[in-house]
Amino acid sequence: MKKIGTAICLFLAILFLAIGISKEQPQSVLAKASKICLECIGIG
Amino acid sequence: MDKKRRVIIQSIATLIQNANFKGFFTGKIYDGKTKGVCVPGLNCYSCPGAVGACPIGSLQNALSSYKFRFPYYVVGLLLFFGALFGRLICGFLCPFGLLQDLIHWIPFPVKLKSFRVDKWLRWVKYVVLVVLVIVLPILVKLTPFFCKYVCPSGTVAGLLLALSDTSLFQAFGSLFVWKACILGIVIFASIIIARPFCKYLCPLGAIYGPLNKVSLYHLECDATKCVSCGKCSSVCDMCVDPSKEPNSMECIRCLRCVQECPTKALCAGIKKAKH
Repeated sequence: MKKIGTAICLFLAILFLAIGISKEQPQSVLAKASKICLECIGIG
Repeated sequence: MDKKRRVIIQSIATLIQNANFKGFFTGKIYDGKTKGVCVPGLNCYSCPGAVGACPIGSLQNALSSYKFRFPYYVVGLLLFFGALFGRLICGFLCPFGLLQDLIHWIPFPVKLKSFRVDKWLRWVKYVVLVVLVIVLPILVKLTPFFCKYVCPSGTVAGLLLALSDTSLFQAFGSLFVWKACILGIVIFASIIIARPFCKYLCPLGAIYGPLNKVSLYHLECDATKCVSCGKCSSVCDMCVDPSKEPNSMECIRCLRCVQECPTKALCAGIKKAKH
């Protein structure tokens, strides 16, 4: 049962990663993470 | 694994995730390509040293953008890390976890393992995850609620930035005061209680915790060797009884129980132990 759970999670992880990368989501993450998040550091 | 060795591994992981050492002096954050990759632990990407993105921050940014898109990439990474390691990430790779561990070493007359409402408070982190990280960013655009109003890792990042660019101190207002109070409470609580943020507030722990049940890396307790001495639960900072629940959602897999077990009934790893 546990092994099935692990397999399902890993399959979903790889599937989501593949979809996310094909939709260029890492670039969106990069765009946000490259700038200082003023709210995160307490300037808002 | 003994505490000192674990701290060394945690320190190396923290240094790797914050390898932009130049940033601590220039006050500029890193903007290279690795910032497109989420690190597994809680490490604010506004930290001047951060070379990767925070998964919780990235999740909120994706959910609160004007054009809603399901964050396949961030969720995929979180599932991947969690399915492989579970909360081993909390125990060994999270920089904010390291900070709490170091603060807990400070001697203080009062050290609490557990208290009356501890068990109920453990559920707060799931509320934080659902409400502050998921629902509110979807409803209120361009507002990462957890990062903005709670995350002490971001407050630490702000202080580090301000140390190298002192003009930032003038920009800090009531929001910073609020966040600094939260950071102060977490720091003070860390002196008295082990890992208070991980236990009660961390949304990343709320994600990885359930994945402890299915992760490839796991703990096992050999019932034929276990003598129910209670040593494992007595050394556990997270108040888990590994002999009864070796893959508890609260277990951060620090492996103290494995080290302390007198009969070697507990083991940790990827392969299923031969009993």
